Amino acid sequence: MAINKESNQFTFGFAIGLVVILGVILAVLSEGLKPYKDKNVRIKKQLDILSAMMDVEKEGITRANAEVEFKKYVKLEDAVILDYTGKVKKSEEGVSAFDIDIKKEFRDKTLAEKDKNYPLFVATDKSKNTRYIIPVVGKGLWGPIWGYICLDKDMNTVLGVSFDHKTETPGLGAEINKPFFMDRWKSSKISDEQGNFMKYEVVKDNSGATKGDSKIDGITGGTITSKGVEEMVNRTLKIYATYFKNKKS
Amino acid sequence: MSSEKGSEPLFSKKNKKLITDPLTDNNPVTIQVLGICSALAITVQVNQAIVMSLSVLFVIIMGNLIVSLLRNLIPSRIRIIVQLLVVASLVIIVDQVLAAFLPDLSSKLSVFVGLIITNCIIMGRLEAFAMANKPWPSILDGLGNGLGYGAILIIVAVFRELFGSGTLMGIPIFGNPLPGEESGLYAMGYQNNNMMILPPMALIITGIIIWVQRSRNKALIEEH
Repeated sequence: MAINKESNQFTFGFAIGLVVILGVILAVLSEGLKPYKDKNVRIKKQLDILSAMMDVEKEGITRANAEVEFKKYVKLEDAVILDYTGKVKKSEEGVSAFDIDIKKEFRDKTLAEKDKNYPLFVATDKSKNTRYIIPVVGKGLWGPIWGYICLDKDMNTVLGVSFDHKTETPGLGAEINKPFFMDRWKSSKISDEQGNFMKYEVVKDNSGATKGDSKIDGITGGTITSKGVEEMVNRTLKIYATYFKNKKS
Repeated sequence: MSSEKGSEPLFSKKNKKLITDPLTDNNPVTIQVLGICSALAITVQVNQAIVMSLSVLFVIIMGNLIVSLLRNLIPSRIRIIVQLLVVASLVIIVDQVLAAFLPDLSSKLSVFVGLIITNCIIMGRLEAFAMANKPWPSILDGLGNGLGYGAILIIVAVFRELFGSGTLMGIPIFGNPLPGEESGLYAMGYQNNNMMILPPMALIITGIIIWVQRSRNKALIEEH
């Protein structure tokens, strides 16, 4: 008996059957590849953290050896988690500062300010100097932007930053992850002599910002992304500045 | 049902034409002007263009094969949705595999891998060819069109990367452009053309390819 393939029953049956089969295949594939994808995300994060502190390429750190090199520089057991007032949170069992997804917390509108976590990584560079690495997250023009800011052992001077973005405009806002822009943050200070936080201001490109000052030249044509970076850095660093102030005094 | 055995050789003249036509006189990009959006988006670097071409090649061959195998079963009322499902699943497979094994490229290609679903070449071939042909010719048709698409993508990318960034596949061709340590052509005052990086240039280059191709073969020019 031939099946009438234009009948409603067959049409429905075919559609349901196909969806189930494809669904199963995709689910199996996604689960099977999950360990690889998780590892890639973890390594990318380690590379990002390290690149705030040093020139990752020059040091020969690649995806292949990132995990080993990361352990060499960053001591995860020294990392602390702050709350929004800059106090150290009582660490919950099994929660590592590295595993906190601040991007997710930033996006989550239902999460109360006081429940947000602010991890601080402590690292040592090649000559055993202490470095503090602060993760930041904010929003640019089209989507999320994020980065890491590395402070010197005085807990004040910026040694380097690494910014990145998801979907900023190529050639304009997307330039925030280029060395020329990230270098402009170097040797600026996050707090004054009393340890009070000093706001950064991202200004027009070439409008007279000097290196080491709280004014940072923005990117021409990437104003909204540049301002997004400014907002992100100010909002986050304020919390850490309070922590450092209390720690120093 | 189609149970007749194909008695023609695997690479008969007709089958060969399925591969060579899309590479020359029936190119999906330059002649049919399909799939232009991705030609604009991911031709800034040759590497990206190659990965994109391979991804499309995989999706179009597998899509053609699957749809061709199912062609006598697919109810005609929902055939477009079925084709879309097949393409979407294949694209997700590509996306997942790239994210797992080529993470850096995957993040650069970002949404464009997902947008393969909307690449008109693929849906066009499924609807126009695979629905009416046996699996083997469908595979060849997919191969031909995928290669035709990839060839244009890579040609455009070579021009854009070479003149826009001075590199090919990330390898510097014109010397070192970094201010203060210029070498090669840059030392003589050469500058990269930033216009090449912007999307309009992809359109212009594609236009030039179409122009060159049609002026060499007058038969391709449509009568009005």
